[in-house]
Amino acid sequence: MDIVLQQLVNGLTLGSVYGLIAIGYTMVYGIIGMINFAHGDVYMVSAYITAIVVALLSFFGIESFPIIIIGTLFITIAITGAYGWAIEQIAYRPLRNSGRLSALISAIGMSLILQNYVQISQGARQQGIPTMLTGAVRFDIGDGFVQITYMKLVILLVAFLGMGTLTYIIHKTKLGRMCRATQQDRKMASILGINTDRIISIVFVIGASMAALAGVLITLDYGAFDFYVGFIIGIKAFTAAVLGGIGSLPGAMLGGIILGVSESLFAGLISSDYKDVFSFSLLVIILIFRPSGLLGKPEVEKV
Amino acid sequence: MSNAIVKKSLLSIAIAGAMGASVLAQADVVIGVAGPHTGAYAAFGEQLWRGAEQAAKDINAAGGVNGEMIKLVKADDACEPKQAVAVANRLVDFDDAVGVVGHFCSSSTIPASAIYEEAGVLMVTPASTNPRVTDRGLSNVFRVCGRDDQQGDVAGAYIISELNAKRVAIIHDKDTYGKGLADATKAALNNYGLTEVLYEGLTRGEKDFNALVTKIRSVDAEVVYFGGLHSEAGPLVRQLREQGSKAIFVSGDGIVSNEFAAVAGSPEYINGVLMTFGADPQSYPAGKKVVKVFKDSGYEPEGYTLYSYAAMQVVVEALKQNNLDPIKGATWLKSNSVSTVMGVKDFDSKGDLKVSDYVMYEWDNMGNYAQVN
Repeated sequence: MDIVLQQLVNGLTLGSVYGLIAIGYTMVYGIIGMINFAHGDVYMVSAYITAIVVALLSFFGIESFPIIIIGTLFITIAITGAYGWAIEQIAYRPLRNSGRLSALISAIGMSLILQNYVQISQGARQQGIPTMLTGAVRFDIGDGFVQITYMKLVILLVAFLGMGTLTYIIHKTKLGRMCRATQQDRKMASILGINTDRIISIVFVIGASMAALAGVLITLDYGAFDFYVGFIIGIKAFTAAVLGGIGSLPGAMLGGIILGVSESLFAGLISSDYKDVFSFSLLVIILIFRPSGLLGKPEVEKV
Repeated sequence: MSNAIVKKSLLSIAIAGAMGASVLAQADVVIGVAGPHTGAYAAFGEQLWRGAEQAAKDINAAGGVNGEMIKLVKADDACEPKQAVAVANRLVDFDDAVGVVGHFCSSSTIPASAIYEEAGVLMVTPASTNPRVTDRGLSNVFRVCGRDDQQGDVAGAYIISELNAKRVAIIHDKDTYGKGLADATKAALNNYGLTEVLYEGLTRGEKDFNALVTKIRSVDAEVVYFGGLHSEAGPLVRQLREQGSKAIFVSGDGIVSNEFAAVAGSPEYINGVLMTFGADPQSYPAGKKVVKVFKDSGYEPEGYTLYSYAAMQVVVEALKQNNLDPIKGATWLKSNSVSTVMGVKDFDSKGDLKVSDYVMYEWDNMGNYAQVN
């Protein structure tokens, strides 16, 4: 019993991070209909920025964890957001009116550029940052126990706050309304006076910010990263986005959590060798029965 | 003069030119240093490069190989089999290497060694310990490190007799080296009549092993044996401790890097971690001078640095004694001994060392390792 609970906690934290990154895939797909394959590498860049900011803060003698995490979050989100904006300007805007394939290839190119740029500028070695927050809460259940580190609690809290804020922005604010309008019909939105190019840029910035949120949390928790770290987690987050229905914001979050929890439960109760086989099989099965994902809407061909 | 003759004479000029070029190229003895110079395992690539570079510098200063200077070529395989084959082909075809020091990861060494054999290039790996590196009967393959079956025996015996463990979980990274080592230890434990309580693989490159850690906890393991490299061992041992497991963590020579503590997040997490590795290479009397040179230059010759230095010496000695012929050199090595910074090395007919010397090391809470007495 305690083991199943512990696996649920493991899966929930992992899944909430997948969900944060999946948001970037799903929003970009929703608004311009392309897969931003450089998104995993944006996450990787944010991990490096996190480490640099943490190093700078401790250089200035700041030791308290709340200040470090808040400071790191703000600075990292700002810089990573700028990366997201720049990537859109350089790699995707010039291809706005060409086919989907060109944008896709441009995205793969961008991904390679980011990886190699970080590899050259930061060194190819495995990097690590020291543990910031130690300690854990422990619940005794029967003979066993469930142990959740404070850092995992911070991850859950910040991830859900981030998702909640984003949902609020998209559904309740003027900016969100413009985003949704652009997503539904870009041409009509621009006729009605929405600067759609600007909205698309903003969507990229939002996606990158969510990846930065995940980057800060994961880096502070696991402490280890390298220039290639965005690849696996990017693929997983992309899977989560497709699972939940690409283009749908709640779908990305739901997909992330389903993927994280099912992966943890499978690894914990059956076999960790085949957990990836299981998560991708799950994707295949869901797509067979719901081709547009759990919460996705079937694409209607406009005639 | 007919057209055909013109063509023929042009062709012969071209051939003569090409031969001239290759004669020029042979003014240097080209030796490749192949390993993960980039990527998550670049720390090991640096150990290899530092050792080989220093060896080449010392040999060149002492007059080179029969009067010719050694020229090193850095070949980066990123610890990936695909890339290893590509750089092996490049070393052979483009750089005209006669010898190779490398590769590091067994999964890279195995496919690359076949290319070197085809091209008649002598290969000495400082670090690939998987049995299949030499068990395939290739004539050109040697190693100056031990084998994983020997390493597994040492680890198995230690777990049984020193740790008195009854419940052992075996984890590996699904790679040739990691799984091979885990299997060797598993076989050793099984020989002692102990069956492991868990045998599982994790995915290289991932950082979250919490699900696996919970599973290790659920089987109540006293000892966790890990076959793999430090970049996965670090997060794994950290997450074990974070979830409150006190199991003793035992691993092999894949974690012998000063980065291990950094990757784990804090040296405290790796305090008490055990690993098998060859007897301290810095303790050989023959290597004292070289160790001093390294330390004076501000570099701690950790892990496989001196192995790489020794591998370079083996390659050079074989070439020197056989008029720069790597194929004859390979045959020669099987019946002659070579003195290196790590003592005198003898090879058997497969290319393995006749004597290997695995011992147990323990990491302390400062991020250093020392031999267990």
